[in-house]
Order: sequence, then structure tokens, then C-alpha cells
Amino acid sequence: MADFNEYMDTVNREAYHDGEWQWQEGDLTVTRTTHWSPPGCHMGCGVLLYTKDNTLVKVEGDPLNSVASGKLCMRCLDMPEAVNSPDRLKYPLKRDGERGENKWRRISWDEALDEIEIKVKDIKKNFGSPSIVVVHGTGRNIGWQVPYFASAAMETPNVSTFGFTGFACYLPRMIGTSAKFGDMVLADASQCHPDRYANKDWAVPGCIVIWGNEPIKSNADGFLGHWLVQCVQQGSKIISIDPRLTWWGARSAYWLPVRPGTDAVVGMALLNVIIAEDLYDHDFVEKWTYGFEALAERVADKTPEWASQYCDCDPDDLRGAARLMATSSSCAIQWGLAFEQQLAALGVTECAADLMAITGNIDNPGGNIFIRCAFLIEKRYGLGDDLIDPEVYNLKLISKTSGINESNIVSCADTDAILSAIETGEPYPIKMFWIQSSNALACPGMDAPRVYAALNSVDFVVVADPFMTPTAVAVADIVLPVAMSCERNSVRTWWTPVRSMVKVTSYYEAHSDEQIVMDVGKRLCPENWPFATDEEFATWYLLDQRSPGGTLFDKDFRQLVEQGGTEYWDWDETYYKYEKGLLRPDGQPGFNTPTGRIELWSFGYDRWGVDPLPYHLEPPESPLSTPETFKDFPLVLSGGGRSFEFFHSEHRQLPTMREFHPWPLVMINPVDAEKYGIRDQTWVWLENSRGARCKQLATITEQTKAGIVHAEHGWWFPEQEAASPNFFGTFDSNLNNLTQAFYVGQGGIGSPIKSMLCKVYPVQDGDKLPHEVVAEQGNYAQWEPGQRYPDIEEPLVTYIK
Amino acid sequence: MKALLVNYEYCTGCHSCEVACRNELGLAAGEFGIKITEVGPYKYTEDLGLENNWEWVYVPVLTKACNLCEDRSKLGKLPSCVQACQAWCLYYGEAEDLVKKFDGKTRWSLFSK
Ligand code: SF4
Ligand code: SF4
Ligand code: SF4
Repeated sequence: MADFNEYMDTVNREAYHDGEWQWQEGDLTVTRTTHWSPPGCHMGCGVLLYTKDNTLVKVEGDPLNSVASGKLCMRCLDMPEAVNSPDRLKYPLKRDGERGENKWRRISWDEALDEIEIKVKDIKKNFGSPSIVVVHGTGRNIGWQVPYFASAAMETPNVSTFGFTGFACYLPRMIGTSAKFGDMVLADASQCHPDRYANKDWAVPGCIVIWGNEPIKSNADGFLGHWLVQCVQQGSKIISIDPRLTWWGARSAYWLPVRPGTDAVVGMALLNVIIAEDLYDHDFVEKWTYGFEALAERVADKTPEWASQYCDCDPDDLRGAARLMATSSSCAIQWGLAFEQQLAALGVTECAADLMAITGNIDNPGGNIFIRCAFLIEKRYGLGDDLIDPEVYNLKLISKTSGINESNIVSCADTDAILSAIETGEPYPIKMFWIQSSNALACPGMDAPRVYAALNSVDFVVVADPFMTPTAVAVADIVLPVAMSCERNSVRTWWTPVRSMVKVTSYYEAHSDEQIVMDVGKRLCPENWPFATDEEFATWYLLDQRSPGGTLFDKDFRQLVEQGGTEYWDWDETYYKYEKGLLRPDGQPGFNTPTGRIELWSFGYDRWGVDPLPYHLEPPESPLSTPETFKDFPLVLSGGGRSFEFFHSEHRQLPTMREFHPWPLVMINPVDAEKYGIRDQTWVWLENSRGARCKQLATITEQTKAGIVHAEHGWWFPEQEAASPNFFGTFDSNLNNLTQAFYVGQGGIGSPIKSMLCKVYPVQDGDKLPHEVVAEQGNYAQWEPGQRYPDIEEPLVTYIK
Repeated sequence: MKALLVNYEYCTGCHSCEVACRNELGLAAGEFGIKITEVGPYKYTEDLGLENNWEWVYVPVLTKACNLCEDRSKLGKLPSCVQACQAWCLYYGEAEDLVKKFDGKTRWSLFSK
């Protein structure tokens, strides 16, 4: 995109019905709205839905919507295939056989609601409401609805995105920067301005650091990766910090192929160079930060040469990257999930935050902007938790070791504490799981066989999803069919703009997530559910939310829909808010922290019992920490990288997606392929030190460097046998056979998910498949209830500060 | 003469053009009006004196099924692939206008009938 204005000039506004939200084209009705799942995504791009006779026929991007300007992923373009899939659940189902037999009886919604009401009331009475765990998946636009449901219907504090240890998803970056900055922060690709790249206040980032993610595939955390591709076309230089060579690395000024799990070492070296070479922004540091001397002292000996022995990056490249960051007109850091899928999650976050701060790239055009959800509509996670009796709320399952948990900054319950409660019955037994749009066995559940055993021991499990998933087959007693995006009246803010989705079709008896929680909520606690319709529920969220003074928005659901589904918030597009007194409740300039400054030495971290300065924790198994194990398991195993075709465990039943991406792929460097006798496009086992393994299809490529393999996550095979023990093959290629629960970093945050050790060898005919192992012996290794597996080798290297 | 211009320096291989085109032409699985080809990734053994010595590039190729979205053009709409292109690297217009975009720095390709 050489010229945004020129492109927009080529868009014929009349042909795209500027100003209208619904019109007719021949026999098709066209609706201008946004998509926000299901199928899942983290974004919410503007779409034009083409419908006819209650059927979604076609989806196009909306060139007049500023979020994506008509550009669309293949997943949205292929949405009719998902919406009209013959695999979709049409009716509520009740188990009609043993768990796992995949035998179901169709029931009515009334029957389903009756049964749920009776069971929930009984469990609340006999065991207390905290014995109910409410789980929601990610990216299904249920991040406010389901937490509200947990509080306002189930009356349980135990709401969670169950399965991944150490809160290993975005939350550590959010709380980590909030503690230091007082606000959350996002790379500035002009996304807060409705006039986007043409906005006169915005400037193209001088340099973009793509760190631990592939944003063009993941579009994670409300950030559309391709926005940055536009920045690159306008001149941004690239620094890629990733063990994989990505689109960014191949076009970068510096590619730093970090050994997985050592990103904090890279971060400390970058800080070292910028401070040692006196490249930092003296003015900003002096005026606006606290603790610079302590930071300088911490990183004084973290030279690029020192770092390279841990992170395997070239010292000159580390030096060059640091200089580029510090001397560019601006520097935006686009960070990703690799941050918390390593033990030193908060240490890496500190590094990134400090790099933004000491280079003065805070709330500046083309740097890193402070961001709040539009019109303060979503103030925090955990809507409605004030409705729970404080004594009951105090029973929330949190980890004993986690300072962050205790300061209650994390509203959700701790996954490991839930797993422990299921396995040990302590501090109280878990009697029910409500799983809405989450596929724990196929996707988030660390140590998938163990998660299966745990869930299967829970008395009553309800799963709500658009499809019959491995999790539903394996453990559900009742399955509820969920409506998709175009069948749903809903609203959402994830940053800006606020967006609505409007219902234009319906599908058999599938109900929207909103409808489901409302219907159950009205049965259980009618006083908390005064909404007659899903539209009223949406309007209440936009305007009220039981918060004093409500939100800053002033339009109801219908008004938002009829203006095309989006509205931007001027606060988010204002730069240098800290100079203007826009951040602190007292209206003074400065930051919303105890010192009023950016805290390079962080009081928040200190209070949580976390090192207040950058630190590194070596993975529990690594070339350095366990050299003996490394001899037998000589490859670093990373994983979970995204692909264009899928959102986590979704989309596997769609013919188009499987045409483009038929099997789970593990990337192996040609050097390793040669060494271990692996041929391209053949099935291989990935096996770890406790004997756990999964199989994926080898793809021999320079996209990963020698010594590191990268496997995919979220795979199941809807075309395979659903019933036990196969469960759609979900165990066979499951990278989470190799991960583990109960291994966390400081503050109970972060887990070494992307930094394991493994060996790779060809699959042979007759090899025992993981699902057979699970059926016969439960898992690859035995565990003590509520405990992690014992270390096979005592780690030599652990904490570096 | 109408043509499609690709600034393939920036194509990300995202497949959106392929699927958007199929939606437009109604082609069967395995058939395309536009299809991405990939070169790389590999690193040049000799230093080419460039900032980055890696080669990894995608180029969309038009097949004979492509009709340059005649029907859409009549309605004033962008070709399906151009509208969907996530890298904004596809351009549609008169061939003689499009070639003026060549910038002498990045890689371009012009497709026509
Ligand atoms: S990021 Fe992609 S999948 Fe998500 S809403 Fe936008 S186009 Fe759709
Ligand atoms: S111009 Fe139209 S027909 Fe040609 S490749 Fe693009 S979408 Fe397909
Ligand atoms: S849509 Fe654009 S960026 Fe994506 S593959 Fe096609 S040409 Fe490349």
C-alpha cells in the first residue's frame, strides 16, 4: 500500500452503499456488520454478509470499515462453509450411553434447561457454588458474557480459560505492563484513528519489533497483523525476535533467532547496549520514569557476548538491533504469546516495557500507545463478580504460591488450582464443569491425557459449542448447540472501535452464547437477568454494566448496528496522554502508578513477590539446564505457531481449510532431518523425557533453525471416529501430550510450554498410538494428585538476574 | 487494457485472494483463478550485498479462469482478490497506468490477458 488515500479513492462508495447498513443486491440481502465469532478470532473486522432465505451465501470484507478496509482472512471469506457445515450441532443433546460412546438423544431446550437447573441447584445446595467451574474458550466473544454468567447465575468465583498453566496467555503482558505503566499498551499501526494511515497525527513506525509471534497469522489480542505490513510498505524497518524465520525475519534488518524460552536474555542485552552506548532518551527517562539506576545496574553486565551463550543470537546482531531500536524515529513492539509460554514470562515483559520506556516510545505516534477499551465499555475482566457473596468469593481456587493471585489482580481462577481440586478434592471437590466454547482436550489443556482424566471424574459436565468436539464426546453429559456470528446479536470492545454483530440468519435450534447464558441465568438467579432479549442484554453491556456512572457510550445496540457496527473513541487516538493529564484519576500529568512515573523498578512486581527488574528463568529442561537429558533429547521443541487456515482447534471440519492444510506439520531444519533420518512429508514422533509423544507430519524447512523443531497445536480430525478411545484422533497429534501442569514461573505466571526438549524419529507401522496408550494406561507417566511430575534431572541453570 | 498489478515484495501468502476468487468464480476444490507460488525460504550462499540475504517470496499467478472480475467491475466494485488482499499488494486498472507504480526498488509483476 504505497498510498492509502489513493486506494480509498479507487473504492466506489456508491457501489458499496456508503451510509447504509442493509440493502438488496438482486435476490441477496447485504448486511454491513462485523465478525466476531464463532468461528473464533481475536479481531472483529468489518464484513458484508450476503444472505438469502435464512442462509449465509457469501462474505466479503467491507472496504468502508476502517478496521480492515475490506481486507479479509481466508477464514472469514470461507465463513459460509462453516455456518452451513453438515457437522454443526442442530439441537440440544443428552448423553444416551456411557461417557465417550458418542451416543446422544435429542432433547428440547426446555428439557436441557430443566435438567441443568435441577443439577445446579442441587450442587449449590449440597456442595456450595464454588464446586462449579465455568470455562470459556478464547476468541469466541464470550469474555464478558461467560464471566458474568459465572458470577450472576452459577455464583461461582471459579471461572477460567481452563487448561493452560501459569495464565500463559496475554494476561501476563497486560498485568505486567499495567503494573509498570499504569495502563495497557499496544503497537501503533494507526488502528485507533478512523482515517487510519491518512491521519495527520500518526507517523509510520521507524522500526517494528516483531517479538514471539507471527501477527499476520495470529491476529492476536485485538491486533490485526497485516496492519504492520502496511507500515513496512511505508518504510518501517523490521527486527524479528523469533526462533522461526517468518515473513518478518526474511524481510528484516535484524533477525534474532532466539533459543526458545530465553527471550529475557535477549531483552536484557538490548537494554544493556542502549544504556551502555548512551542511546537512551535522557529527557524521557529523567522526566517520566522511576528506578533507572537500578535497571542500569541490573543490565550492566548483560552484554551481547554474555547473552549469546544463552540465547544463541549473534552479538553483533543484538547490538545492531538495539541501536536500530534506539535511533529510529519511533519503535513499536508487537509482542506475542511466546512471552508467557516460557517460565520468565514477567521478566520478558519487563524487558519489553523497559525498552519502550527508555527509548521514549510511550504513547507516541508510531510507537506504543496506551489503550483502554472504547468508551470504557469493558473496564475489567470478571464482570459481575461483586454479586458473589465475599465469603464465597474468597473460596476462589488460586495457587498457593502465587503472589499475583493473592493481590487479586487476576479475576479468573488458577488452572492448576482447579486441576488440583479435581484430583485431590482439596480444598473442596469439584462437582460440575460448564464449558462454553472451549475444547480443553484438543487445545488448551496442558498434559491432555491428565486433563481428560480430571474432567472425566467430574460428575456433571455441560459443553456448549457449534460442533461436537473431542471434549464434548469424551466428557459431556449435555451438549448445547451454539449459534455462529451471523446468527447472533452481540457487542464487544477489544480496544477500539466498539463493535456490534447483528443476527441475519438462524440455524435449527442453535442459540447464541448470549441467549444461552440468559436462559440459564433467568432460571437460577432471575434478579440478575432482567433482560427481555439479547438486544437488551447487549445494550446493558454498552451502557450500564452495573458500574457507577455506567460507561461513556451513549447509543443502544440497534443504533450501533444501524450505523454499520463500529464507533471509534477519541481517547484512544490521543497521543502523549501522560502529558495531558488523561491517565490519572486526579487529572494530573503523569502515569497511573504509585510514583506517577513509569516504574522501571516496579513496586507492583515487588508486591507480588516477583523480581522488580528484568530476569531470566531457564526452562526446566534445556541444553543448559539438563545437559544429560539433552543428550537423549537433543532438539528444543517449540510449538503452537498459528496458520492462516485455523483458529486454535477450530476449522478442522471445513473442506477448504483441509485442502490448504490437511495435516499437523512439524517444522524440522534440513540439517536435523539429515541427522535423524527424517524425510519430508513423512510422519514422525516427537517424544520427551517422560516418554510422552505425539505424531505430526515432517516439513523440512529453513523456517526453523537447526536444533529447534516447531510443532502445531489444536489438532483433531473430525473425519475420524468420534467415540472412545479415538475421540477424533485428538490425542494422536496432540503437542499437549508433552506439556505439563504445575510448572510455573515467578508469581505463578508463565510456563515452559514453548521450550521443551524432544527427540524426533519416524513413525513405523504398528507403533502404538497415543489414544491407545491413554485408553490402556491413562497416560505416559504416573503422577501424584495435585503434583507435577518429578524432575528427571535436577536443573543446573535456573534463575539469572 | 485492464490488468492486475502485484507488488509481490509484500505478498504474505495469506491465501485470501485464492479463496475470494473462488467465491467469485464458484470454482471447485483444487481449481483457482489466482494461485500463490512460493520461492524459498533459503539464504544465498554468497553475500549479495543486501540488507537481508534471505529469499522468501510469494507471487500470485492468474490462471485462465480469471476474467478480471468483469461482472464486479460493471457494478463499480473492486475485483474480489484486490478487495480481499491483506497485504494491499494487488492493484487493478489500466495497464499503462499501473506500470507507473513501478518504483525501481521493490518487485512488481503485471498480469493481463
Ligand atoms: S482477523 Fe481474519 S478471521 Fe478475524 S475477523 Fe478479521 S478477517 Fe475475520
Ligand atoms: S480478478 Fe477476479 S477472477 Fe481474476 S483472480 Fe481476481 S478475483 Fe479471480
Ligand atoms: S491476498 Fe494478497 S497478500 Fe494474500 S496471498 Fe493473495 S496477493 Fe498475497
